[in-house]
Amino acid sequence: MSNITREQMEFDVLIIGGGPAGLSAAIRLKQLAPSVEICLIEKASEIGAHIVSGAVLELTALNELIPDWKQKGAPLDTPVNNERVFYLSSEEKSTTIPIIKSLMPAMNNHGNVIVSLGDFCRWLAAQAEELGIEIFPGFSGNELIIEDDKVVGIITGDMGLEKDGAQGANHEPGMELRAKYTMFAEGCRGSLSKKLMDKFNLRQGVDPQTYGLGIKELWEIPAHKHKPGYIQHSFGWPLDNSTYGGSWLYHFGDNLVSFGFVIGLDYKNPWLSPFEEMQRSKNHPVVKYHLEGGRRISYSARALSEGGLQSIPKLSFPGGVLIGDAAGFLNMPKIKGTHTAMKSGMLAAEAIAEALTTQEVEPISYQFRLRKSWLWKELYQARNIRPAFAKFGARIGTLYTGFDSMVRGKVPWTFHHRLADNEKLEAASACKKIEYAKPDDQLTFSRESSVFLANIDHRDDQPIHLKLKNPAIWKTVNWEVFHSPESRYCPAGVYEAVDTEEGKEPKLQINSQNCIHCKTCDIKDPTQNIDWETPEGGSGPNYPGGM
Amino acid sequence: MAVLVLLSYEKGDKIRPISRSAITAAGLLGTEVHALLVGEGLDILSQKAAQLHGVSKLLVADHAAYAHMQAEPVADLVASLAGAYDSIVAPANAEGKDILPRLAGLLDVQPISDVVEIIDSETFVRPIYAGSILSTVKSKDAKKLLSVRGTTFEATAETGGNAAVEKVENLPISDKQLSVFKELKLSQSDRPELEGARVVVSGGRGMQSSENFVLLEKIADQLDAAIGASRAAVDAGFVSNDYQVGQTGKIVAPELYIAVAISGAIQHLAGMKDSKIIVAINKDPEAPIFKVSDYGIVGDLFEILPQLEAALKAR
Amino acid sequence: MKLLVPVKRVVDSNIKPLVKSDNSGVEIGGVKMSMNPFDETAVEEAVRLKEQKIVSEVVVISIGEAKCQDTLRTAMAMGADRAILVTTEEPLESLGVAKILQHFVTKEQPDVVLMGKQASDDDMNATGQILAAKLGWAQGTFVSKLTLSAGKAEIIREIDDGQEVLELTLPAVITTDLRLNEPRYASLPNIMKARKKPIETVALADLGLDTAVRLVSQSVQESSSVREGVIVGSVEELMDKLQNEAKVI
Repeated sequence: MSNITREQMEFDVLIIGGGPAGLSAAIRLKQLAPSVEICLIEKASEIGAHIVSGAVLELTALNELIPDWKQKGAPLDTPVNNERVFYLSSEEKSTTIPIIKSLMPAMNNHGNVIVSLGDFCRWLAAQAEELGIEIFPGFSGNELIIEDDKVVGIITGDMGLEKDGAQGANHEPGMELRAKYTMFAEGCRGSLSKKLMDKFNLRQGVDPQTYGLGIKELWEIPAHKHKPGYIQHSFGWPLDNSTYGGSWLYHFGDNLVSFGFVIGLDYKNPWLSPFEEMQRSKNHPVVKYHLEGGRRISYSARALSEGGLQSIPKLSFPGGVLIGDAAGFLNMPKIKGTHTAMKSGMLAAEAIAEALTTQEVEPISYQFRLRKSWLWKELYQARNIRPAFAKFGARIGTLYTGFDSMVRGKVPWTFHHRLADNEKLEAASACKKIEYAKPDDQLTFSRESSVFLANIDHRDDQPIHLKLKNPAIWKTVNWEVFHSPESRYCPAGVYEAVDTEEGKEPKLQINSQNCIHCKTCDIKDPTQNIDWETPEGGSGPNYPGGM
Repeated sequence: MAVLVLLSYEKGDKIRPISRSAITAAGLLGTEVHALLVGEGLDILSQKAAQLHGVSKLLVADHAAYAHMQAEPVADLVASLAGAYDSIVAPANAEGKDILPRLAGLLDVQPISDVVEIIDSETFVRPIYAGSILSTVKSKDAKKLLSVRGTTFEATAETGGNAAVEKVENLPISDKQLSVFKELKLSQSDRPELEGARVVVSGGRGMQSSENFVLLEKIADQLDAAIGASRAAVDAGFVSNDYQVGQTGKIVAPELYIAVAISGAIQHLAGMKDSKIIVAINKDPEAPIFKVSDYGIVGDLFEILPQLEAALKAR
Repeated sequence: MKLLVPVKRVVDSNIKPLVKSDNSGVEIGGVKMSMNPFDETAVEEAVRLKEQKIVSEVVVISIGEAKCQDTLRTAMAMGADRAILVTTEEPLESLGVAKILQHFVTKEQPDVVLMGKQASDDDMNATGQILAAKLGWAQGTFVSKLTLSAGKAEIIREIDDGQEVLELTLPAVITTDLRLNEPRYASLPNIMKARKKPIETVALADLGLDTAVRLVSQSVQESSSVREGVIVGSVEELMDKLQNEAKVI
């Protein structure tokens, strides 16, 4: 790798990732320092194509970043006007939980807007480009360039490699993008962010990150059922008391419904399939009513960081910062991470604007600015909610949430995440096997037909980007102890155990061309043996507008 | 309403079946169907063409300039005859798709390619987006120029007709030869190309190994078929990428598609669902491929394929 | 030698096209758009010919809404020299497009118009041939190999039974098969440079051409793949069905 001569380009600031954090950082920086040259790269084929979120947007950060967003045509047309929360006690039954503002301030969505986060990012990108920021979709950040213990840029992924790694006829070597400061906005479990945390010990002294997997479908429903501005959340069935998760359902846009399901990746039963839990959750009357008679338009999945304040790593290092969900700024009780991602990007941009003038190597004021901001306060208030669920289970956890939220987190204790999600799995033999019903192709679907709706572009003969560090471990651990949990947790059917019949040697088949970049395998593999690396730039899903 | 059909034929004086489908389609457009045979040395072909069922008149344009059916002279010829017709139909093969739009340019008409259904004399259905969507279009042109697919119009009988044969006089041969024929390279392979084959036999991951593809080849030998594969079989390394049928591979629409040990992933279906007849052989009765097949056999391919081979041999 | 390469902006071929709920058309709002892959092959070939110094200038042209400039910039990032954008919001079909191209051929005087054999959205496969007829030029369709020399083009065409070799007198219209080449990846510096190049923009309305559509879309529907699925009990039964019912063997 090192003996290839690569082209170089230099910028003042480089941003890896074109989601809400990266784009907000770029815009804020350009507002503060118009002459700064900013380059933003995005691994998706276009901005928004890999964006997955519910999404209900809280406007705090946007109002600060682009106060005249309305005049500038931001795609924020559906304010929340009606919301409900359900506790599902069984496949048929539900209880409505009254939203008492004082009890559940986090669940109160008054003033928030239902959006397609993909469309919102496309709009943010247009604002950024108008300010003169260079945005390059279709380029992945593949390797870090570290010189004298300082990050000085990244190397973009090679294009046109063959399956065995050889250079194909159209090979275009990745290039060195160098900058005074690099902002990593890769989203949850970014592949470079992970390397940075190792290299600079950024996770020292903080709790392990804990994650959730969100799986989302976009539906078009009959007009007479569509109530733009209506949102609902549910928890309980089909998950058991020890598994964290629940569903969302938002009416917005042109007869569109965003339906999705989040499952805490700290689940213990290796037989559990987040995809199938999501599918069967649609059978509950409170969900089914909305989707019946509609058609599914798209499908997506993405891991999210749920750890909160306790799990946020050190955020700056020589030559750069971590922003957005790459660091883990999601507010779990609010189940919102967009405004926090944006704010973290803006704060980091302010720190870098200052660092550019003082020429300090590490933009450390980012951390101080953060502590003084509403973002910190918000995450501090929320800090005990997610761990309480892990500690007490869903039912008691909910009661605790009510108490903790009522006092706005002003309790003298902080619960901690003790184990990483991959350490929570129990042996398959010790767990109850879960039988999932076959899809009906109306309301519930197969993985295969779902992945088809993610519009994946993945050149077939490129090298496999999902690597087993030690291939032998799959058989002795993943297969023999956990019965191939990856074939269930992967929402895209990338992993398949084959030759599992009696008398044959079971093998793991990796269908890397199905990968929708959710990163769950990198998180949940029992021994962290799977390394998710960036495939060729532009690969992966192409989520359409509305997603 | 008179309709002119441009005939397409292959070496060995054989009228292509797709031309016979075009005659059927023309019959839906008008009461009088004329056929046009263009080329050089057409004696045998014109005897055959005159017998095509449903053709009332056969026009024959026999000249060295037409020996290789180049679009420039042939389009000029058809344009010179076009005045007498309300519609002109060509087969949607390489030849028809080369000539017909050029003719449309000469006549200032918007051509309609790959018609799969004729609703009325001005309304047609044609596939768009690689066949995933069917579009119904209405032509406002006074003269309709269309190319038709062979798979949805049944070929008219080769005999039974008795067309009046008329030699086209006053051929509009230009002195300026825009394109010069050099060479015809017929496919070298014993097997037809996947995309043009009349029959395709495809294998999936259930084939278990590349060696087992021999079983498919034996069937293909009997049917002069091309061999295809699902992405799963390609990914498993049984066959190379060129064999892949599907959304990211080749899109085929043969008259007969035999899917062996293919589960029927949507990606695969996108590449073969326009086939005229689909046969599925799979051991899993729940396999989705059966839902998109005309005929299915549930069972072990290692038993069924040799039986099928024997039955085809015994034909 | 000068080449004119028309490029069309279409729904990316990885996107599963979605029929609008009222069947009036295909949903393209918010969908990823790309250069028609057949045109991409044409741009690649043109740029290779320029790199081989056989061609001196590659001009790309696109017709449609302002966003088509993205497609033109992609072509310039691949190596095209300059770009023309003809803006219109009106629907167009092959015949109208050919007329617009004819106008620019007269103006630009290229030796070859090199273009995709069809667009991956409407799959009509007609514009090149219509243009060739209108210009009275030679046409080489479905080309998988192209050799240009003074006043001549030797082409290999993909036809039903194999391949055909023709020699065309230039000027000519040549339409590309995907087998012609494997398009390159545009590099980041080239994309950056292409963003700074000017694009000559002309409004279609100012050209005074009649491009009103003659083929009016009535409705679209997803093509269904569901079939009867008769399960037969034996190979004999299958043979009987194929021979006597389906009549395909």
